[in-house]
Amino acid sequence: MYKDQQPVFEGKDRDLSEFLVAIYRHFGWQYPKFHKMDNLCKLGWLANELLLQDNFDKDKYKPEDIAIVLSNANASLDTDIKYYETTKTVASPAQFVYTLPNIVIGEISIRHHFKGENAFFISPDFDAGFIEQYVSNLINNNILQCCICGWIDVLDENYNASLFLVEKDRTANSVNFTKENLNNIYQLQNG
Amino acid sequence: MSDLKTQIIAQLNLQDTKPEDIGDDQPLFVEGLGLDSIDALELIVLLQQQYKIKLSNAEDGPKVFQTVRTMAEYITAHQAQNA
Repeated sequence: MYKDQQPVFEGKDRDLSEFLVAIYRHFGWQYPKFHKMDNLCKLGWLANELLLQDNFDKDKYKPEDIAIVLSNANASLDTDIKYYETTKTVASPAQFVYTLPNIVIGEISIRHHFKGENAFFISPDFDAGFIEQYVSNLINNNILQCCICGWIDVLDENYNASLFLVEKDRTANSVNFTKENLNNIYQLQNG
Repeated sequence: MSDLKTQIIAQLNLQDTKPEDIGDDQPLFVEGLGLDSIDALELIVLLQQQYKIKLSNAEDGPKVFQTVRTMAEYITAHQAQNA
């Protein structure tokens, strides 16, 4: 795991579920509902906790001014398949509630009491140009002041999370919100 | 009741909870163990999978799932009925 291009955690677990729990325990976060989430939500929740940890003052904003715009390639397919398996015996309500990709946005919003715009888009790859355009439009039209955006994807043991914190007002160490910067940071994170 | 607590923990994925953390008469919902409506549905699944009990009347849910003891009593009564 990296934050601002600095390594913050390296896991040894090969199993994704165990790796996600290892991250949770490493940082000492306390949120009992974490264990009930599916892997997509766990991954997004953890990435967001790391993103906001230490350098984000949410009290600067009204809850309605903080948005979340995410994307991925596999929607909620990882959980859809697991849920489908349960329907062969007794369908699991706990799995069913995670059979939509935007539930991860809900989990993050509940955790931090964010109430701004939210959207989840599906695309084959991370589309920096689209994210930049969509979020910039919301910011430039004063629909929001701050946005968590990026890519959260899980299918089986394959996963990828890259989140960006976009604020209308420049902060220390911030870079301009451009397609090129998004792509550069994403590529650095993902080799 | 210890087995039932273990089954509840497994069914609801309460990873940081041990059977001894759950009191026999501790409320399962809201101020007690803090379970929610999805957990209630999972408890119905537990009864069905582990004990072959189908909760036929939804209005019985709040009484049956009040505590581990009320769940155990419901299971015992149901098993005696079908013995």
